[in-house]
Amino acid sequence: MKKIIGMLFLLIALCAITALINPNFLTPTNMQNLTRHIALLAIFAIGEGIVILSGGIDLSVGSIICFGGLFVMAGTADLGYNPWLVSGVLLVICVIIGLWHGFMVSKLGLQPFIVTLCSMLFFRGLSRGMVNDRAVGLGMEHQSFQSMGSGDVYGIPTPFVVLFGIAIIATFFLHFTKQGRYLFAIGRNEKAVAYSGVNVPRMKTIAYVISAVLAGVAGILYAGYTNSVQPATTGQAYELYAIAAAVLGGCSMRAGEGTIIGIIIGASILRVLTNAINLLGISTLWEFAVIGAVILAGVIADAAYKKRSANAQSRRVASIIKQLEATPGDVSSESMRQE
Amino acid sequence: MTCRNGGDKCPLLSMNGVTKRFPGVLALADVNLSLYQGEILGLIGENGAGKSTLMNILGGIYAPDTGEVLIEGQPVKLGSVQDALAHGVAIIHQELNLAGNLDVASNIFLGREPADKFSVVKRKKLYDEAAVFARMVGLTAPLNAVVEDLPSAQQQLVEIAKAISQSAKILVLDEPTSSLSDKETQKLFSVMRMLKEKGVSMIYISHRMREIEEMCDRALVLRDGRCVGELAGSEITRDTMVRMMVGRDISRFFPETGDSQAEEPVLSLRQVRCKACKGEFSFDVFRGEVLGVAGLVGAGRTELMRSVFGVEPVLSGEILIDGKKVAIHSPIDAIRHGIALVPEDRKELGLLLEMSIKENVPLPTLPVTPGFLMDDKRDIKLTQAQITALSIKTPSMDQAVECLSGGNQQKVVLAKWLALKPKVLILDEPTRGIDVGSKSEIYRLIRHLADDGIAIIMISSEMEEIVGLSDRVMVMHEGKALGVLNKSELCEERVMQLATGGGC
Repeated sequence: MKKIIGMLFLLIALCAITALINPNFLTPTNMQNLTRHIALLAIFAIGEGIVILSGGIDLSVGSIICFGGLFVMAGTADLGYNPWLVSGVLLVICVIIGLWHGFMVSKLGLQPFIVTLCSMLFFRGLSRGMVNDRAVGLGMEHQSFQSMGSGDVYGIPTPFVVLFGIAIIATFFLHFTKQGRYLFAIGRNEKAVAYSGVNVPRMKTIAYVISAVLAGVAGILYAGYTNSVQPATTGQAYELYAIAAAVLGGCSMRAGEGTIIGIIIGASILRVLTNAINLLGISTLWEFAVIGAVILAGVIADAAYKKRSANAQSRRVASIIKQLEATPGDVSSESMRQE
Repeated sequence: MTCRNGGDKCPLLSMNGVTKRFPGVLALADVNLSLYQGEILGLIGENGAGKSTLMNILGGIYAPDTGEVLIEGQPVKLGSVQDALAHGVAIIHQELNLAGNLDVASNIFLGREPADKFSVVKRKKLYDEAAVFARMVGLTAPLNAVVEDLPSAQQQLVEIAKAISQSAKILVLDEPTSSLSDKETQKLFSVMRMLKEKGVSMIYISHRMREIEEMCDRALVLRDGRCVGELAGSEITRDTMVRMMVGRDISRFFPETGDSQAEEPVLSLRQVRCKACKGEFSFDVFRGEVLGVAGLVGAGRTELMRSVFGVEPVLSGEILIDGKKVAIHSPIDAIRHGIALVPEDRKELGLLLEMSIKENVPLPTLPVTPGFLMDDKRDIKLTQAQITALSIKTPSMDQAVECLSGGNQQKVVLAKWLALKPKVLILDEPTRGIDVGSKSEIYRLIRHLADDGIAIIMISSEMEEIVGLSDRVMVMHEGKALGVLNKSELCEERVMQLATGGGC
């Protein structure tokens, strides 16, 4: 909880500094643009975060976003199907991709890094091959579908509304259901969870399905927003953004911890940074350097804080346990005290 | 300077007035230790008594706050493991420090390989020299065998050979027998006796009092970071040591066994085969009894019980609960039929160390309770009930399990499974790595659970425990059951005879 508050302060500070230097930061247009980008990132970062906290990693999300966007665009523009229908089919395909990842990781025992790395390469290649490496868009057609990415609801960007819905469902799932508890527990100690009667392969598979489906949703929204999906570049390195957002937001790469709200704050920090680089007139060539430095600083600060609080904690516990063991009434420990 | 064994005023090693403080704990308070040439000194005490800290100071891992270390009468500064080795001190830790992927010879000379001027290892020289040390410690494994493929007894000998090759004068053995069979232990002891003949001094740490009795010339007892006494020769008896370690008599270490009320069996195995089993298993476990399962490490006891619990497949045969045949394919099936398994390695298989007691205890109950949501109130009630029932010592149920002592951690694992109210409770080495005080508490608890009507299967490698606590004992040897001993025929010699493969 403290960590979330810390990250929230960092986010507010970043916003305040940017706004002070360039008041344009606070214009409605910029705010809308910013929240739209935050939402587009946070949606698949939530999926990534769920995989990470259960002890895995998903490197395929960037390619799935690209594949998803192209699938919807090409299905609609080239083949003439209804975009909503095509989106539905896409999400089913994403479920299958997630099941496949889960099967290979939990049943075949392959490394998640390798399995999803292969998917990353596969879906990038598939995307470029299936449309012959040409950008696909809808032009002026299907405005209502495009507005999923580019439109707004009472001034709030539609992707942000979608994120809101997803965040509520994900929070409920992760923090209030048994399945959510299993995912955290699997991240901590998979074997102990299996011995407790939990179907570990199924739970891991669920995490990969969530990640693939949310990447698919993000792909649909990106397609609507940009109205032009580039097979070679759309979604490139987005898996790394997603991992960065999740880690900034409190998902430890050692697994077993993380919150949905934290991931959203993490995604926001990344997007505010990008926005600030633009607004402050820094060359965008520096963007990755800045983001890399900020994430590293965040992780170092977190490690230092954790070490300090862990030390304080173990000191406190040691003294309390000493007291407890010295309490009378328990013969074995009482007499241990006597010389 | 000549120093002779025992009695003399001239110890090979003395540690004087050693004090070490960690944040919040006084780990060692003014501890004195002396070790003479060619002597085996037992170092005993409960977990947390300061044995490891003292040895880590000797091994150059910690620096003492105050106090000095003298070797051959000269004060020495042991600032690192290298310093310690240079002064002839080698520590064989409980968890061995070998490069598992390298072979025996390379491990013995790791970091000191004979090489030419281009740093190319002279392989012939390496193996020839390694052979000398391997023979010395009775290491039978081939020198080119990869270390991680060797049984742990052989690995230990590799460590000892390594220490000897570094001309160690002082050898510290930290619980070397905890994963060895009795036969392997005896072999290790003969190596120790041989080293002693050669003038090597040893400090021997063990929880097994009989081994201290058998091997040590003197014994130093630590309690709460202080020396509470030194025993020599015939004073070294189990009772004296235990009394000094815990500061009281444990007159009734094992609770009295109840009357075994043999009626209907709760769990029955009929011609069951598992992966590691060579034979078929057919036996019954009755309500209210403790069935001990004895055998050497590697006899297939853990594997058999894991099959009963559904972690590993049952290849053929039947498992019956209350006389009815049941199908167990995974732990959840076993749990549904009222079988619980407290695994051998609590850190690896039993606990979510970083998570709280409240998150650990209810875990096995979650998959078998109806409903989709977490129920915090239920979890709190259930956890509180177990904390009270097992008197788990903790400031609160939100405490991370890793901060608890070994005994209390083991109680949390027990609590997890007792919360399910099982009919059959399988305990795999329930007191491994637990100090004497907590042990007797766990024993009383096990007996109490049996009296409540639970059928208990207890795997144990500690003979005392098997004989002291069980109503009946099944002895396994190399994947086969060699016999079941009733209370009346139960004695250590009999169990040992069967466990080592001796016929009935």
